[in-house]
Amino acid sequence: MSTHSTRLAGRLMVAPSVAVLFLWMIVPLAMTFYFSFRLYRLLSPDRTGWVGFTNYKWFLNAPDFWLAIANTLALVLGVLLITVVLGVLVALLLDQPVKGQGPLRILVIAPFFVMPPVAASIWENLFMHPQNGLLAAAARGLGYDPILYLEQYPMSSVIFITAWEWLPFATLILLTAMQSLSSEQLEAAEMDGAGAFARFQYIVLPHLTRAITVVILIETIFLLGIFGEIFTTTQGGPGSASTTLPYMIYKQALVSKDIGRAAAGGIIAVILANIVAFFLMRGIGKNLDA
Amino acid sequence: MARAVTPTHRLIATTAAWTVALVIFFPVLWMILTSFKTEPSAVASPPQLFSADWTTENYVEVWSRSDYPRFFWNSVVISLGSTLLGLAIAIPAAWSMAFVPGKRTKDLLMWMLSTKMMPAVGVLIPMYLLFQRLGLYDTKLGLVLALMLINLPIIVWMLYTYFKEIPGEILEAARMDGASLWNEVLYVLTPMAVPGIASTLLLNVILAWNEAFWTITLTTTKAAPLSAFIASFSAPQGLFYAKLSAASTMAIAPILILGWFSQKQLVRGLTFGAVK
Repeated sequence: MSTHSTRLAGRLMVAPSVAVLFLWMIVPLAMTFYFSFRLYRLLSPDRTGWVGFTNYKWFLNAPDFWLAIANTLALVLGVLLITVVLGVLVALLLDQPVKGQGPLRILVIAPFFVMPPVAASIWENLFMHPQNGLLAAAARGLGYDPILYLEQYPMSSVIFITAWEWLPFATLILLTAMQSLSSEQLEAAEMDGAGAFARFQYIVLPHLTRAITVVILIETIFLLGIFGEIFTTTQGGPGSASTTLPYMIYKQALVSKDIGRAAAGGIIAVILANIVAFFLMRGIGKNLDA
Repeated sequence: MARAVTPTHRLIATTAAWTVALVIFFPVLWMILTSFKTEPSAVASPPQLFSADWTTENYVEVWSRSDYPRFFWNSVVISLGSTLLGLAIAIPAAWSMAFVPGKRTKDLLMWMLSTKMMPAVGVLIPMYLLFQRLGLYDTKLGLVLALMLINLPIIVWMLYTYFKEIPGEILEAARMDGASLWNEVLYVLTPMAVPGIASTLLLNVILAWNEAFWTITLTTTKAAPLSAFIASFSAPQGLFYAKLSAASTMAIAPILILGWFSQKQLVRGLTFGAVK
């Protein structure tokens, strides 16, 4: 079927996608690379020039940098841990013979469709607000002082909000995977006297490995770029307590208006992302059939 | 499962499942309930699940007083526009990769997905400056282009996994029966491809509607969609709880409804066919 002409037609059909993605990858990245070696501040546009690695040095030595790296890792790993563990548990529960599977799924999947600013705003204002939030009211009702979630535990709060958004995704995928498990295998194990935990450990969990891997891979792609949740709630603060690497670069660019430093940060982020991507793509290559 | 289930087991499991589901859904429910309260009852202490002075006033006010309809329209144009443009570019690519795969097809797909991993902040500055220079900053066209680019790899992948399941033999059979290339595409392939294209469309409209990095950084007010609008009044100034809730409810309602319809395709689509 693949004659010379069909192969040529095939190439022509792929070309537009490849071309726009290639431009999208190369042009802005080259510009970022260029700016990262320049003195370029939007507030003093007259002073420009080559500055070598000064921007990189500033960025790597900024007190916020390592905090931002730690926060980014905490966000990605924290959300992955919470969503996978709770996702397995919730999926196990929904896989039981329960009444109303359909409506249940609809309720559970809902947070995934809530746009990040709205999700963040619900939690910030309606739940975590120290005066009017529901959690504050609950604390007062029990005789405790309200906790200042976003001031005292900003990073944990952001992780919590993000995990709430992504738990449905993990649950739904794991539930779908569980439902493809043949019940005969479980019945046979049960007849042979395997308890619920043994059945979970030796039959269900191995069956879920691939689905869990896929959840981790796809969530990581999205979690590395988390922005709206932080922008809406803490703005990276208090201080830099909830500043992630993307947010730190954003602040340099659009708040401090220091294009050179932000560009250096951007290049650092791209390098780090490539290291993560290297491992991720290997995982994806094994688990998705291209 | 076909195993015998005792009524007690069913009762306990059902109660537990509904409790967990309601806890997960509760923040959304609470927001919807708050949107129907008056401002004083929205912040009443102790909080009221339902308030006696139930009102739809907040919706009327948000819709008529602010620029809300414009933000809403911007969201519609940007999410639909970027997805349709993406599909126009991706359909031929996914098509040829699925039906005429070459040696490099798999590498190409991997490379496309890897562009999705490039952190957006890495190219924030050039995008910001380019958009300013080209007059695309704070325009709907600019956001349509930006969101098309960030979702293109996902669109190609989803379409590819759907197209790949269309058996190639069916084409040969049609050809044997004397179908022309045009008839083949029109009567054999298109009907089989439509469901995959439709669910790709649906899922990517959802992703684009909820996008909140480029919409916040590349707009101010004119082209801002709902995601940028809600993010900007996160500390409710002037618009208070009930109105914030009404604005938020309207912002997520279309996607919630679309999402509920598409949840069957969601798993398949977002795992690129790895979990079905």
